Amino acid sequence: MEKTEYNTAIVRSFVNWSILWGLVSILVGVLISFQLVLPDLNFAPYLTYGRLRPLHTNAGIFGWGIGSFFALFYYIVQRLCRRPLWSDGLARFQLWFFNATIIAAAVTLLLGFNTSKEYHELEWPIDIMVVILWVIFSINIIMTIIKRREEQMYISLWYMLATLVGVAVLYLVNAAEVPVSLFKSYSAYAGTNDANVQWWFGHNAVAMVLTTPPLAIFYYILPKSTGVPIYSHRLSIIAFWSLIFMYLWTGAHHLLWTPVPDWVQTLAMAFSVMLIAPSWGSVFNGYLSMGGQWHQMRENYLVKFLILGITFYGLQTLQGPLQAIRSFSAFIHYTDWIPGHVHMGTMGWVSMVLFAAVYFLAPRIYGRELYSIPLANLHFWLVLIGQLIYSVSMWIAGVQQAGMWHAMNSDGSLAYSFMETLVELYPYWWIRAFSGVIYLLGVGIFIYNLVKTARSGKPVSAIANA
Amino acid sequence: MWEKKPILLLLMATAAILVGTLITMVLPFAWVNTEADRIAEVTPYTPLQQEGRDVYIREGCNNCHTQTIRPLVAETLRYGDYSKSGEFVYDRPHLWGSRRTGPDLARIGGKYPDAWHYQHMADPVGMIPKSNMPAYAFLNDTKLDPDYSRKKMKVLDFPYTEEQLAALADKTEMDAMVAYMQKLGNDIPWRKAAQVMVVGELHNPFLGDSSVFPAGQALYAEHCAACHGEQFEGGIGPDLADLDLPDGELYQLLYNGIIEGGMPAYGQLGSDRVWKLVSFLKYSKSH
Repeated sequence: MEKTEYNTAIVRSFVNWSILWGLVSILVGVLISFQLVLPDLNFAPYLTYGRLRPLHTNAGIFGWGIGSFFALFYYIVQRLCRRPLWSDGLARFQLWFFNATIIAAAVTLLLGFNTSKEYHELEWPIDIMVVILWVIFSINIIMTIIKRREEQMYISLWYMLATLVGVAVLYLVNAAEVPVSLFKSYSAYAGTNDANVQWWFGHNAVAMVLTTPPLAIFYYILPKSTGVPIYSHRLSIIAFWSLIFMYLWTGAHHLLWTPVPDWVQTLAMAFSVMLIAPSWGSVFNGYLSMGGQWHQMRENYLVKFLILGITFYGLQTLQGPLQAIRSFSAFIHYTDWIPGHVHMGTMGWVSMVLFAAVYFLAPRIYGRELYSIPLANLHFWLVLIGQLIYSVSMWIAGVQQAGMWHAMNSDGSLAYSFMETLVELYPYWWIRAFSGVIYLLGVGIFIYNLVKTARSGKPVSAIANA
Repeated sequence: MWEKKPILLLLMATAAILVGTLITMVLPFAWVNTEADRIAEVTPYTPLQQEGRDVYIREGCNNCHTQTIRPLVAETLRYGDYSKSGEFVYDRPHLWGSRRTGPDLARIGGKYPDAWHYQHMADPVGMIPKSNMPAYAFLNDTKLDPDYSRKKMKVLDFPYTEEQLAALADKTEMDAMVAYMQKLGNDIPWRKAAQVMVVGELHNPFLGDSSVFPAGQALYAEHCAACHGEQFEGGIGPDLADLDLPDGELYQLLYNGIIEGGMPAYGQLGSDRVWKLVSFLKYSKSH
């Protein structure tokens, strides 16, 4: 029918590039995890931990995350609106501008040009590139939706629209800075205000980049993979509005016990706990959509990735509120527990859903059947095991570290010096580094499988526009 | 109906995210960094200190070091007085960090002498054997640029003199980094306030007890040897070979440190361990 209309070339290009940046992120992640145990692996000045860690996070969040969201949003928006993209030319320009931005980001971060703000390290000229990129993307998505040929707007489109406006507001406010030169600027906010604005941004980047886009994708890909519709449209409506309303109150849970006003911290703590409800609204919606379909966990590798993904989302959104409680934060904040938490979200939830989505896209963008399902299963187990070892070892490390930091002698003195606590972490850091290698191996198999699919998979014809 | 109108949905979503934003992000500006927060002793960074701060940002030190001390017992014992909002009013951006792979630095200023920082920054593992901090010796290689620094001070609206700027020309990034370290958290006189005044006579509970020497030796190796030498021969700190102070005085000195001399206070080790250290320092050499 409308076979030739949809633009799949742009989807394919974004998929390919985002996987490349994802690989960069994982490689850098593995390198810096070894740097923590072998400080000689720091090669000053460009390849030190302090400069590489922002590269790891930026390549992961913006290269792999946002890059693949571009691909999937463009794929999904065309299907849900039953029309081609509003502008193919704009999308093509966006692709090259996206890659230029990521390359500029990587180079400048290694050169030491950064604002120091977590997940917003890029200096002002690249901030401007990011804004242009986002405006182009937003216009294309919004215009495609406005000019759609399907009356209904499926829930995925709502999550997309919220993402567009959420990221725009967050990024622009947190980017306010006064340039000194092309490579250096100072924040428009000072001290405690700057911290509060930064974590309002930082935490809601988790909402608007690492939650709403994967949910948009999950709500589309899960029914497509299982062949049965989502359990409850009403539940998804309630979860959507309460999620985007409550998230924005919670940034200061990153700043418990700091000089940020107490009432801001308390509100953040309360809303963090309340966020369990909308988060689990989506988790339940996912689980209940599997009613009568659980056998697909054995038979359908896509479902495995998706259900494990939403399960990690559920665990993540229980653990997060726990950490947002003052007394628990006093114990666990600043320890290795936190990277353990974060990586369950990124390696577990977000990446699992994205792996499923890319496998789902593979026949549709390469025009060939997936080269090997057994390899996809192997990929699944390697990333699952790698991620579990990562998170569990870091949680144990965090608890031990926190226990030692706070341990007191009967005379009221500290039981351990800082170095005594640090040396206890080396075994855990070794384990974490190797868990990264396992994960990297899984992603290597994923990439190999895709390359083989594109080059020598069995051609498909009918599936392309399904 | 709104679920079929994308522009309306966009506006409603914007309104939903702005409520929490206005209350928890915009509203606090009415309290934070106002006169109520102001601390008279806290001063802006000098050109040299600000250059050091910029190196700290460039090298991403904030990825491993925090700069906020929470009002928790263990934390104030380990790092010093808890952080106050007024101490950060000149920080653009803030550098509170989120992970303590290394120790908190909010009050590192004045803890050690300059020489300690120069040596540690150039070769951390050489000084603290099991440390995993990268070496930053290359900071010695780059000189500062007074003109660039002037532009920075103007943007930040900090006071400066031309002499301060001219002096930068023969300073290195390492000098700047050390100057920044010494400024951190040191504007308010918290070290003086934290000192313990001992009333009456002090008695060494381990007097003549050689069984505590191994414990004392281990404490010396961990906390003292980097500055005073493995064999008491001195280095950053003075030679201790002919240390001759009464036990009580030595105890007070270790407990409170010497603020002017840049010797850290070891009261956080607790009375017991400080006495063991005293015993080791004074009597082990004669055995």
